[in-house]
Amino acid sequence: MRPVAISEISIVNCLGAGQEATIAAIRERRSGLAPCNFETAVLDTCIGQVSGLDEFHVRSDLNAYDCRNNRLAQLGLQTDGFGGAVSAVAEKYGAQRIGVFMGTSTSGILQTEIAYRHRNASNGALPADYHYAQTQNSFSIADFVQRYLGLKGPAFVISSACSSSAKVFAHAARMMSAGVCDAAVVGGVDTLCLTTLYGFNSLQLLSPTPCRPYDVNRDGISIGEGAGFALLERAAEKPAAGTMMLLGIGESCDAYHMSTPHPEGLGARLSMQGALDTAQLAPNDVDYINLHGTATKANDASEDQAVFAIFGGKTPVSSTKGSTGHLLGAAGITEAIIAMLAIRDEVLPGSMNTKNIDPALQCNYLLDNQNSRVRRILTNSFGFGGSNCSLLLGTAE
Amino acid sequence: MMQIFVEGVGLVGPGLCGWQASQPLLAGAASYVHTPTVVTASDLLPSAERRRVGIPVKLAIAAGCEALLHAARDAATTASVFTSSQGDGENLHQICETLASTERNISPTRFHNSVHNAAAGYWSIATRSRKPSTSLCGHDSSFAAGLLDAAVQVIVDTDPVVLIAYDQAYPEPLHTVRPINASFGVALVMTPQATSKSFAVLEISFELRQESETRMQDSSLEALRSGVPAARSLPLLSKLARKEAATVFIDCAAGNQLRIAVTPCC
Repeated sequence: MRPVAISEISIVNCLGAGQEATIAAIRERRSGLAPCNFETAVLDTCIGQVSGLDEFHVRSDLNAYDCRNNRLAQLGLQTDGFGGAVSAVAEKYGAQRIGVFMGTSTSGILQTEIAYRHRNASNGALPADYHYAQTQNSFSIADFVQRYLGLKGPAFVISSACSSSAKVFAHAARMMSAGVCDAAVVGGVDTLCLTTLYGFNSLQLLSPTPCRPYDVNRDGISIGEGAGFALLERAAEKPAAGTMMLLGIGESCDAYHMSTPHPEGLGARLSMQGALDTAQLAPNDVDYINLHGTATKANDASEDQAVFAIFGGKTPVSSTKGSTGHLLGAAGITEAIIAMLAIRDEVLPGSMNTKNIDPALQCNYLLDNQNSRVRRILTNSFGFGGSNCSLLLGTAE
Repeated sequence: MMQIFVEGVGLVGPGLCGWQASQPLLAGAASYVHTPTVVTASDLLPSAERRRVGIPVKLAIAAGCEALLHAARDAATTASVFTSSQGDGENLHQICETLASTERNISPTRFHNSVHNAAAGYWSIATRSRKPSTSLCGHDSSFAAGLLDAAVQVIVDTDPVVLIAYDQAYPEPLHTVRPINASFGVALVMTPQATSKSFAVLEISFELRQESETRMQDSSLEALRSGVPAARSLPLLSKLARKEAATVFIDCAAGNQLRIAVTPCC
């Protein structure tokens, strides 16, 4: 893999809009999770909701794309100066030479859920103002982002459940390596909807309290929503010291079960080892691991075994899902950006809500923030269908 | 330009019962007779999973297995790229009906089948493959997105890849807003170097649209091509069946296209 530089990032979730809001919440140990009051959902659970989306509208020339997911995407593109930075890069390379690779799990499905409540009483038709291609279809998020930014290069959506927006980095890196594009906007956007709330409820995986990763009493996830974006470019032959780099990528499948991880974390091990191998690094080169850490009994137990098998019990690890909730298709890039902020601001996030670490788990799990200078971070994302992706991020020397 | 080799094809669709059986009509040597798509759940799936899968998963596994058999290649050691314009439309419809009712409890199976990568998940379970796998969507350009991504992966990772594209018609009321004509699945096994099984070389370029999309001569096959995103593959399959050098154009999003120079080999 040719080295990839990460030039710009942008992040929005229940902790706030922007890099500074996110890192401030981590420093001040604030969680964004609160009891569920979303739409018409009646469920005993907590969610990580982005405020203000109900009043927000997408740019008027893209009106047909107006839905919660694309609103959050636009908010992300307006945050941290991201859209402006992309415009500058488009001047440099040309709009046709910049790819758009977006991850999402449920796209604008909320529009379809609402439309099904307003079907024509006599013929069952969906309302006339329902725009399938621009909202429901998974591609809509890449289509919207590409149009919003005025880009003209290759564009598609990766939808592999909760690994989606980690995998976008792999696709973009390969596209640049093959010369199909010179730079890429990668991102992940997933928003609250009834399908995921009632779906995870049916699997009995929703915690009634803010989720508690690694806790002996952990009892499920808290669903959140968020957007994250990164601008990727080919790295220079000798990148300037401090340049944020995508060092390694690992991808694998569990080949085990649709909604339960492999009990010994076999797929997770392959994915983490793949990231180390592409980066040509050893386990002790990694300073911190941002876990997938969903706070389900099964995920944390299986991931712990996999991490311990490769890294042993010294490397500090934690999950930030107690802060943000599980952002599903946006989790991968959100946690990759948190990792980049942790390197930049020299703070490793301690887990929120976790009180008593499960004695059966063996990794060095951080309950409190740790101020330390770190160079390389691994971040894990695992999804339904047994889809795994690990990213290794770090700064150039 | 990216050069890759094709060593296996799988196909299932209306009037198209496998690549081997469909080659004469795709080559123009036999006439097309419409019959509904016939697809069953793969015996490779454990019995519990076999009962749970929808049409899109059956399409994907059937096409993928035929292509790998043709290539004499083990799925467990082959990376995969899945692409679909929508995933399981019947399942989405059932979930949205349930959520619009007063009793909102959707079944766990419906929920895990709702992910766009359901076919990839069941594929890995059926074939025991832990190799990298991805699941893409490009709306009408889903096949082109998958072919581009699979070719890039073959070139960059220098490993064989099976590309599997599939689509299913939505039930009403979604069919009216997103008409898809038929259930269709196609798979291509691609390698970075020629092997004893290679029968064609593809030179693929991603470029600004300069030519109109290649169409099918037969009107029924053309209706299938334009009516199902995964069937945008038909002109490429037709050239492969004819065993003639030719160039195929397939539209991509944002005014781009794939230029695919097909040359028989070996």
